[in-house]
Amino acid sequence: MLSFIRKRSVASLISLVGLIVMVFFLSRMTGDPASLFLPVEASAEMKQQFRELHGLNDPLLVQFGRYVGDVVTGDLGESYRKARPALDVVTEAFTWTLWLALITMSLVTSAAIVVGSLAAFRSGGFFDRIASMLSLIGASVPDFWLAIVAIVLFSVNLAWLPTSGTGSVLHWILPIGVLFVRPFGIIVQVVRGSMISALSSAYVKTARAKGVRSGPIIFIHALRNAMLPVITVIGDQAASLLNGAVVVETIFGFPGVGKLMIDSILQRDFNVVLAAILVTALAIFLMNLLIDLCYALLDPRIRH
Amino acid sequence: MAEHLLDVRNLSVEFYTASGVVKAVRNISYHLDRGETLAILGESGSGKSVSSAAIMNLIDMPPGRITSGEIFLDGEDLLTMRPDERREVNGKRIAMIFQDPLSHLNPVYTVGWQIREAMTTHGLPKDAADAQAIRLLGRVGIPDPQAAMDKYPHQFSGGQRQRVMIAMALALRPDLLIADEPTTALDVTVQADVLALLKELQREIGMGVLIITHDLGVVAEIADRVVVMEKGALVESGTVREVYKNPKHPYTRRLIAAAPGKGVMHEGETQGEVLLSVRDVCKNYGAFQALKGVSFDLMAGQTLAIVGESGSGKSTLARVLLRLDEPDSGQAIWKGRDLFQLSPREIYRLRRDLQMVFQDPTQSLNPRMTVFQLVSEAWVIHPDILPRAKWRERVAELLQQVGLSPDHMRRYPHQFSGGQRQRIAIARALALEPRLIICDEAVSALDVSVQAQVIELLDKLRRQTGISFIFIAHDLPVVRDFADQVMVMQKGRIVELGGVRQIFEAPREPYTQALLAASLDPDPDVQAAHRARRA
Repeated sequence: MLSFIRKRSVASLISLVGLIVMVFFLSRMTGDPASLFLPVEASAEMKQQFRELHGLNDPLLVQFGRYVGDVVTGDLGESYRKARPALDVVTEAFTWTLWLALITMSLVTSAAIVVGSLAAFRSGGFFDRIASMLSLIGASVPDFWLAIVAIVLFSVNLAWLPTSGTGSVLHWILPIGVLFVRPFGIIVQVVRGSMISALSSAYVKTARAKGVRSGPIIFIHALRNAMLPVITVIGDQAASLLNGAVVVETIFGFPGVGKLMIDSILQRDFNVVLAAILVTALAIFLMNLLIDLCYALLDPRIRH
Repeated sequence: MAEHLLDVRNLSVEFYTASGVVKAVRNISYHLDRGETLAILGESGSGKSVSSAAIMNLIDMPPGRITSGEIFLDGEDLLTMRPDERREVNGKRIAMIFQDPLSHLNPVYTVGWQIREAMTTHGLPKDAADAQAIRLLGRVGIPDPQAAMDKYPHQFSGGQRQRVMIAMALALRPDLLIADEPTTALDVTVQADVLALLKELQREIGMGVLIITHDLGVVAEIADRVVVMEKGALVESGTVREVYKNPKHPYTRRLIAAAPGKGVMHEGETQGEVLLSVRDVCKNYGAFQALKGVSFDLMAGQTLAIVGESGSGKSTLARVLLRLDEPDSGQAIWKGRDLFQLSPREIYRLRRDLQMVFQDPTQSLNPRMTVFQLVSEAWVIHPDILPRAKWRERVAELLQQVGLSPDHMRRYPHQFSGGQRQRIAIARALALEPRLIICDEAVSALDVSVQAQVIELLDKLRRQTGISFIFIAHDLPVVRDFADQVMVMQKGRIVELGGVRQIFEAPREPYTQALLAASLDPDPDVQAAHRARRA
């Protein structure tokens, strides 16, 4: 088990290093960093000054070495707009996004597993048909439309919930509710398909021959086997939330990393953009590691 | 009249499928007493497994439906019980073991957990169940039962997995054990041990055993009485001896006649032209040595049978000879050239002379191609063999040669039975007029009666066209009526190589003798004599 974790961590680490290299060279390849980092209206002298200040006239490899050193020590530069370290700005926003993703995905996962499993248990039945239809709708509704409709309905017409911002528990309900829908629809479909094949497997027949009740057959015998493909999809969906639910965060004025990235790009706060890319990438690498661990925990054949 | 332990009366089961209602079981009745073993004998599609699934309440409804009948267990009708009462019967009073223990054990839980669950489900406390599970694992012959508790199914061998299944089934000392083809997936020597264990445990617990099988040898070895099923109907029943010595129904007679190992053996001549000369072939997969220096000669127009249990390297040898896998060392001289040194272009030409037939015709035939397309595809790849205008005529000829009709050309593989599909695969192999066909377990997936026909067909082709065969099998009697030379393999080595008469009548090596002794004879008297000798 330990050697498995070590192997997976090393593999993830290699990808992470690759990403750092890519982020650096992409930001240098897209043109003169000085014109990227500075406001559009900056004069030629300002640009020259900026280049000297940040060593942009040095050879590329020297710059890269300096950049790697900075990344390793956690120095990702200043935010030009907020006059604070870029990393601080990003971690603050990322904490909001992390909570949003964590709460949403926990709700989505537990609900989707129960609904998908029950739909699979009596596949073709009434519950299955309702669940399949709702999950299809959920997986295909555009989130910006849903967000607007939800605001019109719950905030404007019924005035139950605030339209945007943060501050109370009530502020979380609409963003979570809207973000819930699509992953829920997708994961229910995967759980259902995976459970149908698990429930028709030979080992479930054995369990029935032993006299095991339906509950344990579904949630102990079949589910654990059915979870492997499901976990992959859960990971995908969680990753898209961690990247920042850009549209939903923007509509609800939620101070997450998605909104921060859009704002920083518009304000040309390039250090913040780079820091945000690195932080979310790190988070996604950690999550992939977690998913690999889940595989190994669920299936002994992967461990050995 | 005393009540039977199990009394099945006028049972009928139907399945609703896309192509209409299938009457899987038609109005069958049989009974079984404590301490007795009843075999249900039948080929695929006979409904033998459906009737036992009905007893276990394992038929999915829909699409299945029990349309008539009663199943009494100690006088109580299982079909009219309340669902919770019915569930209590499973595992506690009736237990079941299955054909393929790997897929029937849950891969993600330890075997200890699974055996314990059989008991805790019916109310035993966890500690008592644990202790009992360890005792059971020891009883069925699993080494180091304490450590085995924490292992997963994939960490055991096939025979051990079936022992684990048996331990799990017998955990609550059931009155009735249903065994559905319990030894079909196992090697012959392992089969003998598992059947002996079942008999022993039956004596110990006093349960009735219902064994479902297609194998007359298994019936002769273990059963007291037998019922024979054909196409859902029960055609004959009686004591095993009665039915074998004096079968009344024509189907039973056909089945007994088809049992392999009774025909005239070939002389196994060693003169003639050497077609293929194999020397010192080795093949490793990582640290595992699959082939450890295999050498033999194959004569033109002869059949060489390669017999061995799982892990013997027989299939690896076939793959290496076909260049589907590269050997680590060795030579195979074919027409003066070393097969293993041929370039990809030369292998392409070699395929004309060297064809293959695999175990499962369902998987080896493309389901979206018609029989005509399947057979003529070889000529698309090798266009110089036959002008397109003659294809239809030649396909018709080949189909007739393998015992099919020219009308079958337009049909798709799923419209044929397993035996017919294997004939299509053989016709396809013949299309290129090869000198050698390698058959890897080509008849193992087929019913006994079909097996005999396919083997007869291959032998006829050999006599008519002078083709050679390398025929790989795990079962000795299957090759007896067909092979000229027999090569027995074990763990990557040749144990014994000789003429078919010598191998069957005077085997020299202990392993060959053990293989022969372990293969089950369909005659219950012969089998009883075997048992007496073993004891």
